Amino acid sequence: MANNRAGRAPARRLNWNDPDVRSVVYQVVALALVGLIGWFLVSNTLHNLSVRNIASGFGFLERESGFAIGESPISFGPENTYGRAVLVGVLNTLRVAVVGIVLATIIGTIIGIARLSKNWLVNKLATVYVEVVRNVPLLLQLFFWYAIITETLPGPRQALNPIPGVFISNRGVKIPTPTDHFAFDLAGIGFLLGIVLAVLVSRWAKKRQDATGQSFPVYRAGIALILGLPILGWLIGGAPLELNVPKLQGFNHVGGATLTPEFAALLAGLVIYTAGFIAEVVRSGIQAVSHGQTEAAAALGLRRNQILRLVVLPQALRIIIPPMTSQYLNLTKNSSLAVAIGYPDIVSIANTTLNQTGQAIEGILIIMAVYLTISISISIFMNWYNKHIALVER
Amino acid sequence: MASVTESLPPPRSTTGPIAWVRERLFSSPLNTVLTILAVWLILMTVPPFIEWALIGANFTAATSQECRAASGACWAFIAEKHRLMLFGLYPFNEQWRPALAAVILVALIVLTCMPRFWNKTLLPIWVVGIIAVGVLMWGGVLGLQYVENTNWGGLPLTLILATVGIAFAFPFGLLLALGRRSRMPAIKTLCIMYIELIRGVPLISMLFMASVMLPLFLPEGFTIDKLLRAQIAIIMFAAAYIAEVVRGGLQAIPKGQYEGADSLGLSYWQKMGFIILPQALKVVIPPMVSLFIAVFKDTSLVVIIGIYDLMQSTKVALTDPLWRGFSIEAYVFVSAIYFIFCYSMSKYSRALEDRLATGHKR
Repeated sequence: MANNRAGRAPARRLNWNDPDVRSVVYQVVALALVGLIGWFLVSNTLHNLSVRNIASGFGFLERESGFAIGESPISFGPENTYGRAVLVGVLNTLRVAVVGIVLATIIGTIIGIARLSKNWLVNKLATVYVEVVRNVPLLLQLFFWYAIITETLPGPRQALNPIPGVFISNRGVKIPTPTDHFAFDLAGIGFLLGIVLAVLVSRWAKKRQDATGQSFPVYRAGIALILGLPILGWLIGGAPLELNVPKLQGFNHVGGATLTPEFAALLAGLVIYTAGFIAEVVRSGIQAVSHGQTEAAAALGLRRNQILRLVVLPQALRIIIPPMTSQYLNLTKNSSLAVAIGYPDIVSIANTTLNQTGQAIEGILIIMAVYLTISISISIFMNWYNKHIALVER
Repeated sequence: MASVTESLPPPRSTTGPIAWVRERLFSSPLNTVLTILAVWLILMTVPPFIEWALIGANFTAATSQECRAASGACWAFIAEKHRLMLFGLYPFNEQWRPALAAVILVALIVLTCMPRFWNKTLLPIWVVGIIAVGVLMWGGVLGLQYVENTNWGGLPLTLILATVGIAFAFPFGLLLALGRRSRMPAIKTLCIMYIELIRGVPLISMLFMASVMLPLFLPEGFTIDKLLRAQIAIIMFAAAYIAEVVRGGLQAIPKGQYEGADSLGLSYWQKMGFIILPQALKVVIPPMVSLFIAVFKDTSLVVIIGIYDLMQSTKVALTDPLWRGFSIEAYVFVSAIYFIFCYSMSKYSRALEDRLATGHKR
């Protein structure tokens, strides 16, 4: 580099002592090596495929699958294609990941705060939880929950009935669902509307506070909107009281919605495991906010909850977001362990597909592509959110 | 005329057990509620667990019928099956060999954890240790009976997968981290692609790839056995994570150190080997220990491709038709083993963090 800039610039010769020359040589060699290995693997693979008579390409996705899937958010039967089976797998993975992330965040935050509690008992309980959960492999925990559900819970006839309408048995958890009544649709619309309005109100309140200094009870108003509008919708619809309650019929319950043992065990395992890690993220995030901040806020006369809400949490959140993102990614990737207990996620379905068609490479590529897409989407979203809150702060 | 004013009551004590209870359990209404909730939770879970695990449990039953009659746990199942769970399908009379191998591996890990050994003696110790483990496990020399690695199993296999995995992934990850920080665009791109690709997919997909795709990648007639394939997958997987941990350490070193090394005229490898890496690696020891714990736990995933590690040999023990339905006991036992290993390592990592911490702590 330095040589180029010099005014006299003597005729440059290829010299091994020139770092630029060396770097170009190294890079060419590295690329050539990688290319060579790639070519070696690809040519071997092509040769092996032709010897073993395995078809290649993604044409199999349009063929009839011929297998059934235990649970599926969209209708699926053996007459449907492999492509649709893969879609079912992706949806099942997303379903458990989304529910898992929400629940793990809530439980993890509560336990993380409990780890900082001055209450000795609460503090110790939370510590025991975190240590036990983080030091036992997730797969073992999944097997454990699955064994608890399928082996120790009673059959449907003696199902546990903790809340009226909810039945817990070794066939899974049955919960009542709303009937096809107009009022429940209204309530659903009210819920969505409530969320949108709550966001708008909080924006307006922020603007007003910036302009005039007057504060507005955003949280209470938001909760009122999100809870109140669905109830209003339900009342307008005529306040129907009947639900689709599961009833024992023959050997199993009918009606209502089911959480299968596989889904319940996977969800329980993922949530309990990840909550342990999230608790540590939350705890270290809050502890990382300097004590001087708390003291300064107290000196300004803020109340305890104001200190937490206005001073500590906004700063802690910025520290928490990046490690939280990797926990979300971990949970999503860990949901692939579903294959061990038979929940039909994308890995399990791709595995069945590659066993049936023999097209291993395509099957693995599908799995990897799905996870890469999900991982990248989560990181893009969390990076956007990270930037968003960083801007608000400074 | 002395008027006696009524004396004030003494201040509330701030020491002693009563003050401690008041301060730590009942300092506010919310705290009191939390304490009551916690006590309720403990009463709901701990006595039934003790009843199940100790009081109602059967430790000595000879048959499963006798064991099932017990109201609590059936630890006799563990007594009956512990050799299968701990050593898998290894020939019964030779099982002292994997036991010794496991002890050597644990000793290697403990030695590595001692700051006294953080120097050049560590490498020969590891080489000797790994060779000894290999000799013990395979045999075929020194009058030891030859045992194929398809018969290896249980805890020693779990330890081998984790330690060998980390030991080989470490230099690979180090190179990847240096490559990612390199100024050569082609090398940097290759390293970033590798690291992000691996970190974006679950370990299971890597294991599947190793078990079904690797045979297709290799020339015809050339095969690698299943265990080695799983080991390669674990090494490739762990290397990407090690690279990220080491990169964190490299970034933490002040720029002056790099410039100082350059101004002394050191070559790239001298600069890295003598100046940067010794400092960077010291910074990343605690996260490396956490990573080792994660890899140790993750080795349990080899169950899915049918390798007889601790997890899988436990599952095999559970399929004995004579001893059906004791999976909770078995899982509690295996959890305890994993817990002892992981918890002691995480305790160590925390102690190390305190030792290495130079900042101020609250």
